[in-house]
Amino acid sequence: MIVEYGHLAVALALSLALVQAIIPMFGAYHGNVRLMRLARPVAIGQLLFVSFSFGALIYAYLGSDFSVVNIVKNSHSLKPLLYKISGLWSNHEGSLLLWALIIALFGALVAIFGRGLPLSLQSRVLSIQAMIGVGFYLFLLTTSNPFLRIFPFPDEGRGLNPLLQDPGLAFHPPFLYLGYVGLSVSFSFAVAALIEGKVDAAWARWVRPWALLAWVFLTIGIVLGSWWAYYELGWGGWWAWDPVENASFMPWLVCTALIHSAIVVEKRETLKSWTILLALTAFSFSLLGTFIVRSGVLTSVHAFATDPERGIFILGFLGAVIGGSLLLYALRVDKIEKGSIFAPISRETGLLINNLLLCTGVAVVFFGTLYPLLLDAMTGDKISVGAPFFNKTFVPLMMPLIFIMGFAIQLNWKRADIKAVASRLKFIFGASVLAAVMIFYTMDTDNFMAALWFGLGLWLVLATFADLFKRIGLGKSGNLLNKIKRQPRATWGMFFGHLGFAIAVLGMTGTSNLSQEFQNIMARGQKIDIGGYEVTFEGAKAEVGANYTAVRGLFTVREGGEILTKLEPATRTYITPYQSTTEAALYTALRGDLFIVISEEQEILIDTKKTSVFGVRIYHKFMQVWLWIGMIIMVVGGLFSLSDRRFRIGVPLKSLFAKKNKIRAGE
Amino acid sequence: MSAAPKMKPKKTKASLRKRRRIYLIVTSMTVLSLATFLVLSAMKEGIQFYKDPSQIVENRPASGQSFRLGGLVVAGSFTKLAGTMNYKFSITDTVEEVKIEYKGLLPDLFREGQGVILEGSLNENNIYIASRVLAKHDENYMPKEVVDSLKKQGVWQHDDESSNENIPNKNAPETIK
Repeated sequence: MIVEYGHLAVALALSLALVQAIIPMFGAYHGNVRLMRLARPVAIGQLLFVSFSFGALIYAYLGSDFSVVNIVKNSHSLKPLLYKISGLWSNHEGSLLLWALIIALFGALVAIFGRGLPLSLQSRVLSIQAMIGVGFYLFLLTTSNPFLRIFPFPDEGRGLNPLLQDPGLAFHPPFLYLGYVGLSVSFSFAVAALIEGKVDAAWARWVRPWALLAWVFLTIGIVLGSWWAYYELGWGGWWAWDPVENASFMPWLVCTALIHSAIVVEKRETLKSWTILLALTAFSFSLLGTFIVRSGVLTSVHAFATDPERGIFILGFLGAVIGGSLLLYALRVDKIEKGSIFAPISRETGLLINNLLLCTGVAVVFFGTLYPLLLDAMTGDKISVGAPFFNKTFVPLMMPLIFIMGFAIQLNWKRADIKAVASRLKFIFGASVLAAVMIFYTMDTDNFMAALWFGLGLWLVLATFADLFKRIGLGKSGNLLNKIKRQPRATWGMFFGHLGFAIAVLGMTGTSNLSQEFQNIMARGQKIDIGGYEVTFEGAKAEVGANYTAVRGLFTVREGGEILTKLEPATRTYITPYQSTTEAALYTALRGDLFIVISEEQEILIDTKKTSVFGVRIYHKFMQVWLWIGMIIMVVGGLFSLSDRRFRIGVPLKSLFAKKNKIRAGE
Repeated sequence: MSAAPKMKPKKTKASLRKRRRIYLIVTSMTVLSLATFLVLSAMKEGIQFYKDPSQIVENRPASGQSFRLGGLVVAGSFTKLAGTMNYKFSITDTVEEVKIEYKGLLPDLFREGQGVILEGSLNENNIYIASRVLAKHDENYMPKEVVDSLKKQGVWQHDDESSNENIPNKNAPETIK
């Protein structure tokens, strides 16, 4: 019965969402406070209902209720607890319910924490949020019902794809969705601002934490997915420019642009209409990402079963949201006051160029991702646009971005003195160039671009530190510790955000250019040298697991004769569903990862003796861990920024009202 | 707003705004044309065509020209050179067959009868030398291109669209009919 209640709760959440979408908006239009006040409790009620239905499905998953189609297809009674739960969102229907839950969650958060918002703005935001929710509830109820029963029901489930039984992937979708859906809040704020025709510093101060929160979640989600691809798939690849990866990367890029341009609106009240456009675009890309992944229009690992009906629904929804919001933008953007003017050399310009390059990057990724679809539809030619394309287009576009970042963080608002900044940075620039030249000559390969990228990464690391030291006032009198303490959290947010990015850039450069690979068969006792390590194959044994059989190899890793570690890669063959997976073994060091994959046994004749050998692949992924460390530091930066005083509840209000009164008094 | 004394500074502000806008447009155009240039130059090498065996027989790509090839691994065609990681097999779209040679580890999901996508090029002897084997699908997913090829040949019966009602026997690994 609980399953039916869960289904019913979705329908009730839909009706509440309809109420929330229409009545507060109507109230805001007519200035009716009572109607506007309705938004808050309804938003919370909507969350309760959808949480109940989510809980009902989890309950059914935990109890392995195989009378529910969704559970039969995605669960198995032998599966560990975590993967029973994550089975819920490993599929189309369940992940839509998760989407709907998160939309309602963010709506309720705006209702609870947005008490200080002007009532009309809040009710409009909640109304827009509910409209998006309505789309997803309808989607759930019409084409993608996770509560569908089956009769007669089987006594065992089909299991979850063992490739997906991994903690990295269990948490990857929820974080990604928190990021995708988090952008719906900025979207709702942008649409509400367009309706109200008012964008000011207060608006930016409200939007930025939501965008930042979405950015943090999106970053974590992407990193988890990348980490999963890196070690679980056994490809040793952390990014393949797969359409589905691009689908999550595009909103991330736009969101990155958004959190930067929102600073300009907040501090300088300029770039307003641009920021609105970014907020609309960011969420549109989230929806596009869902469309790409869920409709199965593209060939990819992640594509679930193709279903045109669903594809058309998402496409229609996408058209309504993007078309509607852009139309509103076109009609209302004139109402937004023009911002203040800034000099060509100023922090505003720096941030604008950041936005320009990021958005150009998005355009390139967008083209590369959708061009094959377009070509297929128009000519029937099937092509694949892969890593070589993006490495030649997107990657070079990021070079000026990083170079300008080093400068821009030191520029003043409104008008900056480029000469002073240049003279401050000349040693850092010199050091980076020198380092790049030295790296170029010491590298085994004559990869000029790799050296250039190392130089750029170093440039950004040093420039970020230089900026921090200047802000703290290093070298000037005063207690250093006090000066460090006095820095606002936002400074640390920017410092860690940029530092993490720079470190990740170094890691990407290293692993993409200086990694080594060995791929051959190995007999017991055989040794190879790779990345400065000596790896010995000690043999392999068969294993039997809960629902799989495995071959486990044993490798000893030595450096300079001393044993560093023993690695045990395995290849597993699962029973339900029948599938084999590679369990790579990793040894991580700052210098690089040693990554070993073993495959099936074969017997060959060596000196007329039958010998068993194994296919083995060993990588040395140079500086791979820098990439992960950099990403984690970026997330830390986002969290610091999010915890800045000015975003905390209550604080924005006081200072804003003070400012507003001042402005009024000034007029 | 329209007070007379304010007109003059407002006008210079407007012209300043206009000039800034021109800067912005010029910069954007520069960046966009740079991006367009990069995209156009990458289109030559960064993009690979996908073909199926029939298309190759119809219109043979030049030797050494890189493209993706997809189809089903022909049952019984798979051989392994003892003591190496050199593999030979054929793939088919049920009409034509192409011989494949590949050196390296095969992906987890590589099996005879299963759909694969390969990256590589034809050599002089009409053998496709694969540099990469993509069998990135699970037990109920086929590469979309391969499905399209099979549909074109009229042999695709694996009806995934109605899979809601279609709960297969838990013991039988799904195979292509």
